[in-house]
Amino acid sequence: MNSTGAELSVEGVHVWRGDRHVLKGVSVTLGARELLHVSGPNGTGKTTLLRVVCGLLRPEQGAVSWLGKSIGSVRAEYQTALAYASHEPALKGDLTALENLRFAVGLKRRVSAADLRAGLERTGVAACADLPARVLSAGQRRRVAMARVLAMNASLWLLDEPFTNLDDAGTGLVSGLLQDHVQQGGLALVVAHHDLKLDCKVRRLELTA
Amino acid sequence: MNVGTWEAMILVVRRELCLSFRRPDQLLQPLVFFLIVTTLFPLGLSLQLSLLRDMAPGVLWVAALLSSLLSLDSLFKSDADDGTLEQLALCGQGLTVIVVAKTLAHWLVTGAALVLVSPIVGTALGIPVSAFATMMLSLALGSLTLSWLGAIGAALTVGLRRGNVLLSLIVLPLAMPLLIFGAGATDRAISGVSPAGALYFLAALCVFTCTLAPFAATVALRITLE
Repeated sequence: MNSTGAELSVEGVHVWRGDRHVLKGVSVTLGARELLHVSGPNGTGKTTLLRVVCGLLRPEQGAVSWLGKSIGSVRAEYQTALAYASHEPALKGDLTALENLRFAVGLKRRVSAADLRAGLERTGVAACADLPARVLSAGQRRRVAMARVLAMNASLWLLDEPFTNLDDAGTGLVSGLLQDHVQQGGLALVVAHHDLKLDCKVRRLELTA
Repeated sequence: MNVGTWEAMILVVRRELCLSFRRPDQLLQPLVFFLIVTTLFPLGLSLQLSLLRDMAPGVLWVAALLSSLLSLDSLFKSDADDGTLEQLALCGQGLTVIVVAKTLAHWLVTGAALVLVSPIVGTALGIPVSAFATMMLSLALGSLTLSWLGAIGAALTVGLRRGNVLLSLIVLPLAMPLLIFGAGATDRAISGVSPAGALYFLAALCVFTCTLAPFAATVALRITLE
């Protein structure tokens, strides 16, 4: 994992959705070995912030930069460095879990089927590797999505509600993965409702209506 | 180890083909529609072969256009609905690469398939075998152009709940030159005149859309993703 000096900075981001002023000047920076926990009531723009950080949504005002450069100018590099998990698992129901991973991760880096299987093994869904994603339970799909994040080998994790649909063991597993990632020098931005109990540096950003 | 553009494109094409073949019903729907519509005409019209032959190019082309439209709607929509489009947009390859690969894959399972079954339809409509080559070439060029035009329309209507009607309204007027020159080429080949002029025009349209449509569709898609 190469993240020495990796740094994400969000400066004065404003986003309007129609007449609604969703993000009102959010500024935050994130360095290596740091996790930012974004919380707040529903509808305060947590997901919007995550999409702005990804570069999927361009803010009306403000900027997001990666290693000191605007993410628009280093798009390919930035996208290779990030792994985004939206609140939907984003799996194709007709493809097997393994194929889903192969087609998603394969666009970012060369990866062998064994590596992908190892990722599924780590998130506890190795048995589902060859099943179509459509027959998996919501929790299993979430775990497959987490395996995709792992397999991308990215230094910046952007996770939107990664604990939804997970059982206690799954919640513990994702917490553990997050902790390992951050301790190994990664960065993470996590949108979650409940408290994260992690043994690493956690900063909080509370969004309000 | 970064993945090259070609490699990424091939991977996306493989993904699309894999998805299409997992859903044979959706794969066959436009083809069956094409076959049925073109079979209805000889049944509905009088049995005069000369009349049928006069109408054949038009019938063939209208049916081809409409059947291509059937599947355009799902080009980006199914990926947008399940969130995989966002993953594709963030894969580090640039959205244009994804758009090109998806559109080419879409053409392979719709347009190219249409070209392959067109001799059957041609026979049913009384088109002479000597005109088959022109018919297939014009259909190939026309359907590829239509896929590119459709990609722009599909990208614009991704976010709409019932976008397929709007998609037809956007794409069909743009497809009129294809209909005129495509049917014209086939018509000329049937009557034994050289269809070269019409084919050149179709080829020019095809090059025009191949080079510009990917960028237009990318911009449209980026807007609808926001």
